[in-house]
Amino acid sequence: MTDTPCCVPEWRLIELFFQYLVAGLTYGTIYAIVGIGFNIIYNTTGIINFAQGEFVMLGGMTAVTLHAFLPLPLAILGAVLITMAVGGLIEIVFIRWLVKPSVLRMIIITIGISILVREAALMLWGEGVRSLPYFTGNEISALSFGGVRVSPQVLWSLGVCAIVVVLLNLFFKFTMLGREMRACATNRDAATLCGIPTRNMITLSFVLSAGIGALAGCVVSPITQTQYAIGSGLAIKGFTVAILGGLGNSMAAVAAGFILGILESFSIWVMPTAYKDAISISILLAMLFLRPSGLFGNREAFKLKDF
Amino acid sequence: MSIFTRLAAALTIVAAFIAPAMAADTIKVGAILAVTGPASFLGAPEAKTLEMLAADINAKGGVGGKKIELIIKDSQASPEKAISFAKQLIEEEKVFAIIGPSTSGETMAIKNLAEESKTLLLSCAAAEVIVKPVAKYVFKTPQMDRDAVIRIFEQMKKMNISKIGVLSSNTGFGKAGKEQIEKLAPEHGIQVLVSEVYDKAATDLTAEVTKVSAAKVQGIINWSIEPAQSICIKNARQVCSTVPVFQSHGFGNIQYVKAAGAAADGVIFPAGRLLVADSLSDKNPQKSILLSYKKAYEAKYAGEDVSTFGGHAYDAFMILTKAIKEAGADKEKVRTAIENMKGFVGTGGVFNFSAEDHNGLDKNAFEMLTVKDGKFVVLDK
Repeated sequence: MTDTPCCVPEWRLIELFFQYLVAGLTYGTIYAIVGIGFNIIYNTTGIINFAQGEFVMLGGMTAVTLHAFLPLPLAILGAVLITMAVGGLIEIVFIRWLVKPSVLRMIIITIGISILVREAALMLWGEGVRSLPYFTGNEISALSFGGVRVSPQVLWSLGVCAIVVVLLNLFFKFTMLGREMRACATNRDAATLCGIPTRNMITLSFVLSAGIGALAGCVVSPITQTQYAIGSGLAIKGFTVAILGGLGNSMAAVAAGFILGILESFSIWVMPTAYKDAISISILLAMLFLRPSGLFGNREAFKLKDF
Repeated sequence: MSIFTRLAAALTIVAAFIAPAMAADTIKVGAILAVTGPASFLGAPEAKTLEMLAADINAKGGVGGKKIELIIKDSQASPEKAISFAKQLIEEEKVFAIIGPSTSGETMAIKNLAEESKTLLLSCAAAEVIVKPVAKYVFKTPQMDRDAVIRIFEQMKKMNISKIGVLSSNTGFGKAGKEQIEKLAPEHGIQVLVSEVYDKAATDLTAEVTKVSAAKVQGIINWSIEPAQSICIKNARQVCSTVPVFQSHGFGNIQYVKAAGAAADGVIFPAGRLLVADSLSDKNPQKSILLSYKKAYEAKYAGEDVSTFGGHAYDAFMILTKAIKEAGADKEKVRTAIENMKGFVGTGGVFNFSAEDHNGLDKNAFEMLTVKDGKFVVLDK
């Protein structure tokens, strides 16, 4: 072999800028799509479900297993439905029978559930790494926009993310069921007095967020790969962007996801990669100290909440 | 006194009588391995290999008429657990020797314990510090990361690559590799233009790869034993389609190739010959032993591919039992026998131990491999 050519002959500054932007969008879409899931359970119960990452993992793992004998769309659909059932079951078994649980107690329970699900996944699937195939193209395909290269899977994630956010917003704002779910979070006693079956609403919120988590797990699986332990790592970032945007608001979580992803990506441009997570954690801490209601949250409303 | 305490007391007395009687015709071998936890793909095949070998050797009458009693402890890759298991094996079980631990961090945590108690330790971990400086009772079977780096640099020279970028994961393995690369690069005429450390649990590395590519490197070395190394390869191919990607010997598990899919094709890395046993020439001294281990393992544990990591445990067990056969069940004599062992053909290479070298392998223990159509093959020179 003679001189080995590099395929990046001349990345001008502007192209490099967009390449980092694409990287940031890739990070952002992963964070955002995981972050959305946190908001649904929060919207009904007012708690953070720390098992949300496990729903993401379960969705990915189940889809990979189903894909062995089903076409991809059916495998994903099956995985979403199965994870929804698991989410509902978890709520019924662990949470439904609690009489007026405190926020702290619910949080500890969800942490316990996340450990349980993770260990069960380890027993069931082993420690191996799997992933779904790329929805279009394969591991090496990339679309080129004037020298800036982007994997088609990133576009898939962006698209799914956008659709989910729009649908969720419509659901929570304009449907009876969505409004009833929100009422549960604001004041459960009042909601019960208004005739809303609060218990069922909470079960429904677990089912819904499990489904969205599972969908996220399927869409990002070709990018991030799926393993029994991937949930907690994804959940930390998802949680960060949910807080950053302002809890309960899916649109805000997505915006915050992209802001964080892009910040991280550009931090790599100018600093050693090792600082990437330090940056996102600092941002989270600063936000918790200075503006706990989040970037887009309502300060007045936040003061009235337990958590 | 309840019935249980009486029963327990009775059992203790019986056990006290039986134990010395058993000890006389068995040799206790301890093993501290990361059977579960983050390094389970090292420890699990190691434990399975040892169980297979011990059952096999005992069925044939043991070593010099004595059965091997194997005691496996699962450390879950935690140095703290490794220390407490090492103490238990040394002080309570009074084992003849310990095989393992699976990882470098754990081995370093118990190196002194073994040395002070004069217990033979045959580590299955890679880092050079385990045997450098030499500790009298500590040996290791995997090849050195230093030799892996040298083999990669030699290959780069053949390909006229002199400007490289390095990506490594933030683990003990990644850190040790990065240090060796940066230390050895100048004497091989290689210039490291950019060196980045990524999180072992990273979910996407597009920006990191962009940074390395933008530095106009001619080759990328990606040093990791975690699944994230496959993500790195995919992103490298997406952003920058032709720059050759080199991996460490930590890539030697086919599941990483599967995870990287089409992007894995053409990746170059050094590894022991176990992965390509079938395609070795018949003249290769290792071929028969590699094939027999592979056949035995894959027959016993159906559906599982043999890996180089199980091979490290295989070598440790074989070296130990060979030395016991030659020198008898005496710790000091066995230690000397291992130190003087020459030309031992194992899965990791041909071992030549000496008082200065408790690893016994050199850079020739590695073969340069590449990936073709999702399979490991020997790299054409």
